[in-house]
Amino acid sequence: MTNVIVVVVIGVGSYLFRLSFIGAVGSRRTLPPALLRAFEFIAPSVLAALVLPALVRPEGAVDLSPGNLRLVAGILAALVAWRTRDVLLTTGVGLGALWILQAVT
Amino acid sequence: MSTRSPTVRRAVGDGIKAMAPLLLGVVPFGLIFGVTAASTAVGGVLGFLTSPIIFGGAAQLVAVQLIDEGAAAIVVVTTALVVNSRHVMYSAAMAEPFRAFPTPWRWSLPYLLTDQAFVLASARWATEEDPVYRRWFFLSTGLSLWIAWQTATAVGVIVGAGIPAWWSLDFAIPLVFLALLTSSVKGRAGLAAAATAGVVAVVAAGMPWNVGLTVAAAAGITAGITVRRWSG
Repeated sequence: MTNVIVVVVIGVGSYLFRLSFIGAVGSRRTLPPALLRAFEFIAPSVLAALVLPALVRPEGAVDLSPGNLRLVAGILAALVAWRTRDVLLTTGVGLGALWILQAVT
Repeated sequence: MSTRSPTVRRAVGDGIKAMAPLLLGVVPFGLIFGVTAASTAVGGVLGFLTSPIIFGGAAQLVAVQLIDEGAAAIVVVTTALVVNSRHVMYSAAMAEPFRAFPTPWRWSLPYLLTDQAFVLASARWATEEDPVYRRWFFLSTGLSLWIAWQTATAVGVIVGAGIPAWWSLDFAIPLVFLALLTSSVKGRAGLAAAATAGVVAVVAAGMPWNVGLTVAAAAGITAGITVRRWSG
Protein backbone atom coordinates (compact mmCIF):
# COMPACT_ATOMS: atom_id res chain seq x y z
CA MET A 1 0.00 0.00 0.00
CA THR A 2 2.83 2.39 0.88
CA ASN A 3 4.40 1.63 -2.49
CA VAL A 4 1.17 2.57 -4.29
CA ILE A 5 1.02 5.89 -2.42
CA VAL A 6 4.71 6.54 -3.23
CA VAL A 7 4.07 5.97 -6.94
CA VAL A 8 0.96 8.18 -6.95
CA VAL A 9 2.80 11.01 -5.13
CA ILE A 10 5.64 10.83 -7.69
CA GLY A 11 3.04 10.85 -10.48
CA VAL A 12 1.17 13.88 -9.14
CA GLY A 13 4.46 15.70 -8.49
CA SER A 14 5.68 14.97 -12.02
CA TYR A 15 2.46 16.30 -13.54
CA LEU A 16 2.70 19.47 -11.43
CA PHE A 17 6.32 19.96 -12.63
CA ARG A 18 5.14 19.66 -16.23
CA LEU A 19 2.21 21.99 -15.65
CA SER A 20 4.14 24.53 -13.52
CA PHE A 21 4.94 27.38 -15.91
CA ILE A 22 2.42 26.37 -18.58
CA GLY A 23 -0.44 26.45 -16.05
CA ALA A 24 0.60 29.72 -14.39
CA VAL A 25 -2.09 32.09 -15.64
CA GLY A 26 -1.05 35.63 -16.43
CA SER A 27 2.38 35.22 -14.91
CA ARG A 28 5.37 35.82 -17.17
CA ARG A 29 8.08 34.86 -14.74
CA THR A 30 10.82 32.52 -15.86
CA LEU A 31 13.32 30.49 -13.90
CA PRO A 32 16.17 32.20 -12.04
CA PRO A 33 19.49 31.67 -13.89
CA ALA A 34 21.03 29.89 -10.87
CA LEU A 35 18.34 27.20 -11.04
CA LEU A 36 18.74 26.82 -14.79
CA ARG A 37 22.47 26.21 -14.28
CA ALA A 38 21.70 23.52 -11.69
CA PHE A 39 19.33 21.65 -14.03
CA GLU A 40 21.98 20.52 -16.48
CA PHE A 41 23.89 18.73 -13.71
CA ILE A 42 20.92 16.86 -12.27
CA ALA A 43 20.96 14.03 -14.80
CA PRO A 44 24.70 13.23 -14.70
CA SER A 45 24.74 13.49 -10.87
CA VAL A 46 21.73 11.32 -10.14
CA LEU A 47 22.64 8.72 -12.77
CA ALA A 48 26.26 8.42 -11.57
CA ALA A 49 25.03 8.14 -7.97
CA LEU A 50 22.81 5.24 -9.03
CA VAL A 51 25.32 3.44 -11.24
CA LEU A 52 28.59 3.51 -9.29
CA PRO A 53 27.40 1.86 -6.05
CA ALA A 54 25.61 -0.83 -8.08
CA LEU A 55 28.90 -1.71 -9.76
CA VAL A 56 31.44 -1.07 -7.01
CA ARG A 57 29.54 -2.53 -4.05
CA PRO A 58 26.95 -4.98 -5.38
CA GLU A 59 26.99 -7.04 -2.17
CA GLY A 60 27.09 -4.04 0.18
CA ALA A 61 30.89 -3.83 0.70
CA VAL A 62 33.26 -2.00 -1.65
CA ASP A 63 34.85 -4.63 -3.92
CA LEU A 64 37.31 -3.43 -6.57
CA SER A 65 38.73 -6.90 -7.31
CA PRO A 66 38.25 -8.78 -10.62
CA GLY A 67 36.13 -11.19 -8.57
CA ASN A 68 33.40 -8.54 -8.59
CA LEU A 69 31.70 -9.76 -11.75
CA ARG A 70 29.24 -6.86 -11.92
CA LEU A 71 32.13 -4.37 -11.89
CA VAL A 72 33.91 -6.20 -14.73
CA ALA A 73 30.70 -6.47 -16.79
CA GLY A 74 29.89 -2.83 -15.97
CA ILE A 75 33.29 -1.56 -17.21
CA LEU A 76 32.75 -3.45 -20.47
CA ALA A 77 29.25 -1.97 -20.78
CA ALA A 78 30.63 1.51 -20.01
CA LEU A 79 32.99 1.22 -22.99
CA VAL A 80 30.07 0.24 -25.22
CA ALA A 81 27.92 3.07 -23.81
CA TRP A 82 30.71 5.59 -24.33
CA ARG A 83 31.35 4.50 -27.94
CA THR A 84 27.75 3.96 -29.08
CA ARG A 85 25.39 5.82 -26.67
CA ASP A 86 23.02 2.95 -27.42
CA VAL A 87 20.83 1.90 -24.46
CA LEU A 88 19.86 -1.50 -25.85
CA LEU A 89 23.38 -2.47 -26.95
CA THR A 90 24.87 -1.34 -23.63
CA THR A 91 22.36 -3.36 -21.64
CA GLY A 92 22.80 -6.39 -23.90
CA VAL A 93 26.60 -6.39 -23.68
CA GLY A 94 26.57 -5.81 -19.91
CA LEU A 95 24.07 -8.58 -19.20
CA GLY A 96 25.76 -10.96 -21.67
CA ALA A 97 29.14 -10.33 -20.05
CA LEU A 98 27.69 -11.00 -16.59
CA TRP A 99 26.12 -14.29 -17.75
CA ILE A 100 29.39 -15.48 -19.31
CA LEU A 101 31.38 -14.47 -16.22
CA GLN A 102 28.87 -16.21 -13.95
CA ALA A 103 29.09 -19.34 -16.08
CA VAL A 104 32.91 -19.56 -16.14
CA THR A 105 33.63 -18.67 -12.49
CA MET B 1 -14.21 23.59 -39.39
CA SER B 2 -13.64 23.35 -43.13
CA THR B 3 -10.39 25.34 -43.00
CA ARG B 4 -9.27 23.77 -39.74
CA SER B 5 -9.43 20.07 -40.56
CA PRO B 6 -6.56 19.98 -43.10
CA THR B 7 -4.31 21.73 -40.58
CA VAL B 8 -5.24 19.21 -37.91
CA ARG B 9 -4.67 16.27 -40.25
CA ARG B 10 -1.29 17.62 -41.34
CA ALA B 11 -0.24 18.30 -37.73
CA VAL B 12 -1.23 14.80 -36.57
CA GLY B 13 0.58 13.15 -39.48
CA ASP B 14 3.70 15.27 -38.97
CA GLY B 15 3.71 14.45 -35.26
CA ILE B 16 3.62 10.69 -35.82
CA LYS B 17 6.30 10.92 -38.51
CA ALA B 18 8.57 13.03 -36.29
CA MET B 19 8.22 10.72 -33.28
CA ALA B 20 8.56 7.39 -35.12
CA PRO B 21 12.38 7.23 -35.26
CA LEU B 22 12.64 8.16 -31.58
CA LEU B 23 10.46 5.19 -30.68
CA LEU B 24 13.31 2.89 -31.76
CA GLY B 25 15.08 3.96 -28.58
CA VAL B 26 11.98 4.18 -26.39
CA VAL B 27 10.47 0.75 -27.04
CA PRO B 28 13.54 -1.33 -25.99
CA PHE B 29 13.88 0.85 -22.88
CA GLY B 30 10.20 0.20 -22.09
CA LEU B 31 10.63 -3.55 -22.56
CA ILE B 32 13.69 -3.61 -20.30
CA PHE B 33 11.86 -1.54 -17.70
CA GLY B 34 8.84 -3.87 -17.74
CA VAL B 35 10.94 -7.04 -17.52
CA THR B 36 13.02 -5.56 -14.69
CA ALA B 37 10.09 -4.20 -12.70
CA ALA B 38 8.37 -7.61 -12.82
CA SER B 39 11.48 -9.23 -11.31
CA THR B 40 11.67 -6.84 -8.31
CA ALA B 41 9.68 -6.55 -5.10
CA VAL B 42 7.55 -3.90 -6.83
CA GLY B 43 5.96 -6.57 -9.01
CA GLY B 44 4.48 -6.48 -12.48
CA VAL B 45 1.16 -4.78 -11.70
CA LEU B 46 2.45 -1.74 -9.83
CA GLY B 47 5.53 -1.77 -12.07
CA PHE B 48 3.33 -1.35 -15.11
CA LEU B 49 1.08 1.23 -13.40
CA THR B 50 4.08 3.54 -12.95
CA SER B 51 3.91 4.00 -16.76
CA PRO B 52 0.53 5.79 -16.90
CA ILE B 53 0.95 7.37 -13.44
CA ILE B 54 4.52 8.74 -13.69
CA PHE B 55 5.15 8.50 -17.47
CA GLY B 56 8.90 9.09 -17.25
CA GLY B 57 11.28 6.17 -17.81
CA ALA B 58 14.23 7.28 -15.69
CA ALA B 59 12.02 8.32 -12.74
CA GLN B 60 10.08 5.04 -12.98
CA LEU B 61 13.30 3.02 -13.00
CA VAL B 62 14.67 4.98 -10.03
CA ALA B 63 11.44 4.44 -8.08
CA VAL B 64 11.38 0.70 -8.81
CA GLN B 65 15.04 0.23 -7.85
CA LEU B 66 14.73 2.19 -4.60
CA ILE B 67 11.49 0.48 -3.54
CA ASP B 68 13.14 -2.87 -4.29
CA GLU B 69 16.09 -1.91 -2.06
CA GLY B 70 13.72 -0.98 0.77
CA ALA B 71 14.50 2.74 0.71
CA ALA B 72 12.37 5.05 2.87
CA ALA B 73 9.25 6.39 1.10
CA ILE B 74 10.49 9.97 1.39
CA VAL B 75 13.80 9.03 -0.28
CA VAL B 76 12.00 7.28 -3.15
CA VAL B 77 9.70 10.27 -3.71
CA THR B 78 12.49 12.86 -3.42
CA THR B 79 14.88 11.06 -5.75
CA ALA B 80 12.28 10.33 -8.43
CA LEU B 81 11.07 13.93 -8.32
CA VAL B 82 14.63 15.26 -8.58
CA VAL B 83 15.06 13.09 -11.67
CA ASN B 84 11.82 14.50 -13.12
CA SER B 85 12.47 18.11 -12.10
CA ARG B 86 13.89 18.89 -15.55
CA HIS B 87 10.27 19.10 -16.70
CA VAL B 88 9.98 22.42 -14.86
CA MET B 89 12.59 23.72 -17.28
CA TYR B 90 10.63 22.43 -20.28
CA SER B 91 7.43 23.90 -18.86
CA ALA B 92 9.09 27.30 -18.53
CA ALA B 93 10.42 27.11 -22.09
CA MET B 94 6.99 26.22 -23.52
CA ALA B 95 4.82 28.51 -21.37
CA GLU B 96 4.67 31.31 -23.95
CA PRO B 97 3.32 29.33 -26.96
CA PHE B 98 0.94 27.43 -24.64
CA ARG B 99 -0.78 30.73 -23.76
CA ALA B 100 -2.47 30.67 -27.18
CA PHE B 101 -4.14 27.31 -26.41
CA PRO B 102 -7.65 26.90 -24.91
CA THR B 103 -7.62 26.11 -21.17
CA PRO B 104 -8.51 22.37 -21.45
CA TRP B 105 -5.49 21.90 -23.76
CA ARG B 106 -3.24 23.90 -21.43
CA TRP B 107 -4.14 21.62 -18.53
CA SER B 108 -4.10 18.27 -20.30
CA LEU B 109 -1.17 18.49 -22.76
CA PRO B 110 1.50 18.89 -20.03
CA TYR B 111 0.74 15.31 -18.95
CA LEU B 112 2.32 14.29 -22.28
CA LEU B 113 5.36 16.55 -21.86
CA THR B 114 8.52 14.42 -22.11
CA ASP B 115 12.13 14.91 -23.21
CA GLN B 116 11.22 13.71 -26.70
CA ALA B 117 8.00 15.72 -27.07
CA PHE B 118 9.81 18.84 -25.85
CA VAL B 119 12.65 18.45 -28.33
CA LEU B 120 10.34 17.75 -31.30
CA ALA B 121 7.74 20.40 -30.49
CA SER B 122 10.21 23.22 -29.81
CA ALA B 123 11.96 22.49 -33.11
CA ARG B 124 8.70 22.33 -35.10
CA TRP B 125 7.08 25.31 -33.39
CA ALA B 126 9.95 27.49 -34.56
CA THR B 127 8.59 27.25 -38.12
CA GLU B 128 4.86 26.57 -37.51
CA GLU B 129 3.12 29.45 -35.79
CA ASP B 130 -0.53 28.43 -36.05
CA PRO B 131 -1.69 27.51 -32.49
CA VAL B 132 -4.06 24.89 -33.94
CA TYR B 133 -1.20 23.17 -35.77
CA ARG B 134 1.03 23.52 -32.72
CA ARG B 135 -1.31 21.87 -30.24
CA TRP B 136 -2.29 19.02 -32.55
CA PHE B 137 1.37 18.39 -33.38
CA PHE B 138 2.20 18.26 -29.67
CA LEU B 139 -0.76 15.96 -28.97
CA SER B 140 0.25 13.69 -31.83
CA THR B 141 3.93 13.34 -30.79
CA GLY B 142 3.02 13.03 -27.11
CA LEU B 143 0.31 10.43 -27.65
CA SER B 144 2.46 8.34 -30.04
CA LEU B 145 5.13 8.14 -27.36
CA TRP B 146 2.54 7.44 -24.65
CA ILE B 147 0.98 4.51 -26.51
CA ALA B 148 4.41 3.05 -27.40
CA TRP B 149 5.62 3.37 -23.81
CA GLN B 150 2.50 1.82 -22.23
CA THR B 151 2.59 -1.07 -24.72
CA ALA B 152 6.33 -1.71 -24.36
CA THR B 153 6.25 -1.74 -20.54
CA ALA B 154 3.13 -3.95 -20.50
CA VAL B 155 4.76 -6.48 -22.85
CA GLY B 156 7.94 -6.33 -20.75
CA VAL B 157 6.00 -7.05 -17.55
CA ILE B 158 4.18 -10.03 -19.11
CA VAL B 159 7.35 -11.51 -20.62
CA GLY B 160 9.44 -10.68 -17.56
CA ALA B 161 7.25 -12.61 -15.13
CA GLY B 162 8.47 -15.90 -16.65
CA ILE B 163 12.20 -15.12 -16.55
CA PRO B 164 14.28 -17.05 -13.96
CA ALA B 165 16.39 -15.29 -11.29
CA TRP B 166 19.80 -16.47 -12.60
CA TRP B 167 19.36 -14.13 -15.56
CA SER B 168 20.28 -11.35 -13.04
CA LEU B 169 17.88 -8.99 -14.78
CA ASP B 170 18.08 -6.53 -11.88
CA PHE B 171 21.51 -5.70 -13.35
CA ALA B 172 19.70 -4.18 -16.35
CA ILE B 173 18.76 -1.15 -14.20
CA PRO B 174 22.32 0.18 -13.63
CA LEU B 175 23.19 -0.72 -17.22
CA VAL B 176 20.37 1.43 -18.60
CA PHE B 177 21.39 4.26 -16.27
CA LEU B 178 24.99 3.82 -17.44
CA ALA B 179 23.94 4.29 -21.07
CA LEU B 180 21.86 7.36 -20.17
CA LEU B 181 24.77 8.68 -18.06
CA THR B 182 27.23 8.71 -20.97
CA SER B 183 24.83 10.78 -23.09
CA SER B 184 24.03 13.17 -20.23
CA VAL B 185 27.65 14.06 -19.43
CA LYS B 186 28.60 17.11 -21.45
CA GLY B 187 31.94 18.88 -20.97
CA ARG B 188 34.29 19.05 -18.03
CA ALA B 189 31.65 20.41 -15.62
CA GLY B 190 29.30 17.53 -16.38
CA LEU B 191 32.13 15.05 -15.87
CA ALA B 192 32.97 16.67 -12.52
CA ALA B 193 29.32 16.41 -11.46
CA ALA B 194 29.11 12.73 -12.40
CA ALA B 195 32.47 11.80 -10.84
CA THR B 196 31.72 13.61 -7.58
CA ALA B 197 28.22 12.19 -7.28
CA GLY B 198 29.45 8.67 -8.07
CA VAL B 199 32.24 8.69 -5.49
CA VAL B 200 30.07 10.27 -2.79
CA ALA B 201 27.33 7.71 -3.51
CA VAL B 202 29.78 4.82 -3.07
CA VAL B 203 31.10 6.25 0.21
CA ALA B 204 27.63 7.18 1.50
CA ALA B 205 25.87 4.00 0.36
CA GLY B 206 25.82 2.71 3.92
CA MET B 207 23.64 5.58 5.13
CA PRO B 208 20.14 4.50 6.22
CA TRP B 209 17.16 4.54 3.82
CA ASN B 210 19.40 5.38 0.87
CA VAL B 211 19.68 9.07 1.84
CA GLY B 212 23.26 8.76 0.53
CA LEU B 213 21.78 9.04 -2.95
CA THR B 214 20.29 12.48 -2.27
CA VAL B 215 23.52 13.64 -0.61
CA ALA B 216 25.53 12.39 -3.60
CA ALA B 217 23.26 14.10 -6.14
CA ALA B 218 23.52 17.40 -4.25
CA ALA B 219 27.33 17.08 -4.11
CA GLY B 220 27.47 16.33 -7.85
CA ILE B 221 25.30 19.31 -8.80
CA THR B 222 27.42 21.58 -6.57
CA ALA B 223 30.63 20.26 -8.15
CA GLY B 224 29.25 20.83 -11.65
CA ILE B 225 28.25 24.43 -10.89
CA THR B 226 31.63 25.10 -9.23
CA VAL B 227 33.68 23.76 -12.15
CA ARG B 228 31.50 25.67 -14.62
CA ARG B 229 32.15 28.88 -12.68
CA TRP B 230 35.93 28.34 -12.55
CA SER B 231 36.31 27.43 -16.18
CA GLY B 232 34.13 30.40 -17.14
